[in-house]
Amino acid sequence: MFSLKEHAPRLASILLFFLLWEVGALALDNRLLPSPGAVFSILLDGLKSGEIPYHIAITLGRVAASFVLAMAIGSAIGIAMGRSRLLDRLFDSWLIFFLNVPALVVILLAYVWFGLIEAAAILAVAVNKIPNIAVTLREGSRALDRDYLDMAKSFHLSSIRTFRHVILPQLSPYFLASARSGLALIWKIVLVVELLGRSDGVGFQLHLYFQLFDVSSILAYTLAFIAVVLVIEMTAFRPLDRRALRWRR
Amino acid sequence: MSGIQVDIHAKHFPATTGAGLRKVLNALRFSAERGEFLAIVGPSGCGKTTLLNLIAGLDLAYEGNVELPAASGKDISAIGYVFQNPRLLPWRTVLENIHLVLEHPGKKAAIVETLLEEAGLLEFQDAYPGKLSLGQCRRAAIVRAFAPEPNLLLMDEPFVSLDATTAERLRQLLLRIWQARPTTVLFVTHDLGEAIALADRILVLSDIPATVVADVSVTIPREKRMDAALIDEFRRRIPESRATGPSNS
Repeated sequence: MFSLKEHAPRLASILLFFLLWEVGALALDNRLLPSPGAVFSILLDGLKSGEIPYHIAITLGRVAASFVLAMAIGSAIGIAMGRSRLLDRLFDSWLIFFLNVPALVVILLAYVWFGLIEAAAILAVAVNKIPNIAVTLREGSRALDRDYLDMAKSFHLSSIRTFRHVILPQLSPYFLASARSGLALIWKIVLVVELLGRSDGVGFQLHLYFQLFDVSSILAYTLAFIAVVLVIEMTAFRPLDRRALRWRR
Repeated sequence: MSGIQVDIHAKHFPATTGAGLRKVLNALRFSAERGEFLAIVGPSGCGKTTLLNLIAGLDLAYEGNVELPAASGKDISAIGYVFQNPRLLPWRTVLENIHLVLEHPGKKAAIVETLLEEAGLLEFQDAYPGKLSLGQCRRAAIVRAFAPEPNLLLMDEPFVSLDATTAERLRQLLLRIWQARPTTVLFVTHDLGEAIALADRILVLSDIPATVVADVSVTIPREKRMDAALIDEFRRRIPESRATGPSNS
């Protein structure tokens, strides 16, 4: 799997990034731009003490909960609207409305209405993402191939079988696309939610170090966070992609 | 014991140009005995596919009545449908496509294997349809239609856009499978020669609005139907045959 030819340019460009950073930090000599070395040593301390893993785990839990919630509700709405003209006409304007409500407003309202509780935080993140997922999945279910649906109907396939074998495989590219963009958005909104109304998680920590003007710690958290996202991308999404597309020539 | 009774008073489609309705089928009435191979011949665009879709229950907007053979088996499908394009799900293997239309694939394993063997598809059963030739896909579609042991088999020009030799081989395959497992067949084609080679009886449809203009029993014994001269001679006895063109068109 690992080929040097494929990965060498990638590694070289990452090294170049850190080199530029190091040079910049040396040139400026200011504690507001710490060197990579300083950041890594804080990162290691945080990992050893368990502080960074603890807060990342809390944040990951919130991301997972809101992601699952948003995917489930968003795709149900999207598929229903894609399959039924009536539902589409009825709720299209709602969708446009919710697509354009700023994330910050949803978060503030959720905290105001439901209090500074975990459920409000997760709900706020999910509500921000649901319209995007619904729009993508609506597009997907509009593009379903009639020929295959007719085939399913003429052979009297049950609706469960039709859904699983005929509809779902046609929607899988849309699921993957919305899961990908969904996760990218949810990461970011979760941090805002934590900053505004939680007392743990990466967002809360970043806020804390912001108040202390501790740029090294902010960068240490950022690096750890990006690493986790990359691992998830490589271990979850790439294999799913391959699985969904294995029938293509 | 009747196989199927069709009595369609009228079927309309929205006109392609301007407003109003276009009558596609008009007073179309026929029946087929159980186990009879009935070919339906007519000029292109005369509504033959529409007729099959009405019988399959894919299109319910018509005036009239279709009585299907009573279901005897317990399998999902009492109808098998071989479409003009094979309509195998590209994201499922050949075998998965066949199993999909069976309620209990385990119980039909022997039949499926025999059919696959007769169709020469045993070695391709785990291949995705995209890897097969059109002829192989058509054979797989025939196997899929026979696998549930349907009471009624609908075939919509299943051998078009194949070269003459492949089409002839598929006709022989169809006859072998059908003779081993007799079932009522409605075989739509624009090719009178193909109809004479395969059917017990031929219905000739008019141009739209289509109605039955001739109902002819094929009196050539099946073992003599390889004889092109006999088929040509028989063809001349069928009214409207000039309108349907030569057999290899």
